[in-house]
Amino acid sequence: MTTDQALLAPPAMRTGLTRTFLAMMARDARVLRKNFTGTFLRVLMQPIMFVFVFSYVLPKIGAAGAMGGAAGDASFATILVPGLVASSMVMQAMMAAIMPLMMELTWQRSITDRALAPLPIPLLAIQKITAAALQGLLGGLLVFPAVLFIHAEGQAPEVHVGNWAVLIVMLVAGSLLAASGGMLMGTVIDPQKAQILFAVILLPVTMLGCVYYPWAALHDVRWLQIASLANPLVYVSEGLRAALTPDVGHMATWAFMLAVLGGTAVLMWIATRTFTKRVLT
Amino acid sequence: MSAPPEVSVDTGPDGGPPMAVRAVGLHKTFSSARGEVKAVQGVDLDVAQGEFFGLLGPNGAGKSTTIGMLTTLVVPTAGRAEVCGLDVTKRPVDVKRRIGMVSQNNTLDTDLDAFENLEFRGRFFGMGRKDARRRADELLEMFNLTDRRRGKPMELSGGQAKRLMICRALVHRPQVLFLDEPTAGLDPQTRVNLWEVLRKLQADGQTTVLTTHYMEEAEALCDRVAVIDHGKVLAKDTVEGLKASAGADTVITVTYDGPAPEGVTALRDREAIGKVEITGSQVRVFARESEGVLGELVAAGAAAGVGVTDAAQLRPSLESAFLTLTGREYRE
Repeated sequence: MTTDQALLAPPAMRTGLTRTFLAMMARDARVLRKNFTGTFLRVLMQPIMFVFVFSYVLPKIGAAGAMGGAAGDASFATILVPGLVASSMVMQAMMAAIMPLMMELTWQRSITDRALAPLPIPLLAIQKITAAALQGLLGGLLVFPAVLFIHAEGQAPEVHVGNWAVLIVMLVAGSLLAASGGMLMGTVIDPQKAQILFAVILLPVTMLGCVYYPWAALHDVRWLQIASLANPLVYVSEGLRAALTPDVGHMATWAFMLAVLGGTAVLMWIATRTFTKRVLT
Repeated sequence: MSAPPEVSVDTGPDGGPPMAVRAVGLHKTFSSARGEVKAVQGVDLDVAQGEFFGLLGPNGAGKSTTIGMLTTLVVPTAGRAEVCGLDVTKRPVDVKRRIGMVSQNNTLDTDLDAFENLEFRGRFFGMGRKDARRRADELLEMFNLTDRRRGKPMELSGGQAKRLMICRALVHRPQVLFLDEPTAGLDPQTRVNLWEVLRKLQADGQTTVLTTHYMEEAEALCDRVAVIDHGKVLAKDTVEGLKASAGADTVITVTYDGPAPEGVTALRDREAIGKVEITGSQVRVFARESEGVLGELVAAGAAAGVGVTDAAQLRPSLESAFLTLTGREYRE
């Protein structure tokens, strides 16, 4: 073996943070492509099973009566479309941020590999948030047709894009919000307690995230309606409801916009800081 | 030696090229709930371009923390460090462009295969996709890893994984290569093979900073060595220089089956004896002329009615130098 060539000047390298940032996005895309089937089967199964049971099986056996009532005339399928897209997107973005961090920050500290790339550490945090958000967005978009088309006859959801701007803002900011939250959790929570995290935080967030009912319908359970305001998923679900099923009663636009955009800014800032603190010792 | 890929605008003290590495009064204190740990307490270093420099010390001496500060990932509590004339805390990104780092842990990207690990390293440093791929294959070939091209990091042997990490550190042709305990945990044969690789890099003029707790490794590879213990540099010299100064004594250690006999203190008056250390039942003598010393230690014991249970004599070496400097037996 000769190493002479190892030290010859390598091919031209163009310096620039954007280039490094994009190369890292390309790395994440490569990994996602390799694990595509596994990753998105996991994302798709839960909402598919859910719409299958609640929009197909239950109406077929005549047991869906209790569901439709809450939201006036809208079918349960109509309620579920924005809710399930929101929850799939949020969960996928969060998981895509948390899971790699749990590995990278512990065990062999493989984060060192990326931390040594020519990029400031806070920008590395933003890159990881962006990549996780894109994965969440993709998850939400894949779930959309599934929940749109699985239903019994006469139970079709009434979905039309009422406001493209709101839809786009909710998809983009909602997935960034979730990815930032995921990074925050991934950097402050002990991986050994991850199981508790899933049970105590993620499960209630999904179940009570106005996924299966609109927020307005909660007026009869006032304490829950108020408590739900602490759940970020509520705002994403309501935002998508406003954009996709405007006929169903939803939260005021200024309220969910403020919560989602403000929350994204705040969480991204905090997560970037906690990440930087974990990487630089 | 080939030219470095980019010319540094910074210059050294006399207008020449800057030192590859310079550290002045580096300190690092880790604070945790259980209190403070002073990992590094005032380290000064100078590594010239093209030099193969070793940080030698036992586990926990502060070597990895020092390397961490030089590679921008550990923030110094006090003091300053420069790599290629660039301050590591003020210009971390510029420093990272100029360094390659092989950590002690296996930090290979487990989601990618061997080839992709190199490919993406090249792309992170600004290479185009085609160039990065060519460079990856070139390095795999040079380090005899071509048959593991599509191997997952988890499937590689310890030696292969380490070689791949060295490849990865060399992808962008760093001006300074940092190796943190590169052969720790490898079997002796693999270690010798890796030394061959490192010697070739050295012959090609690669500036390298290596940490090790293996004496033989420092002797085999390093132009100069800093002996480090408890976060401080105890001596800095060539291996030969260290042996000639600190290590010039033969160290005789005797353990008795009772308290060390009073009689041994008489050795202190001898001209050829540097130091006599007595700790409990153990006596350690640092002698320029060692002939007869062991016999006298046994005789002193017999006179006091204690027997000798263990005796060791260490000839002048890097190991005896370490013992002289730290007062500690070298444990690997």
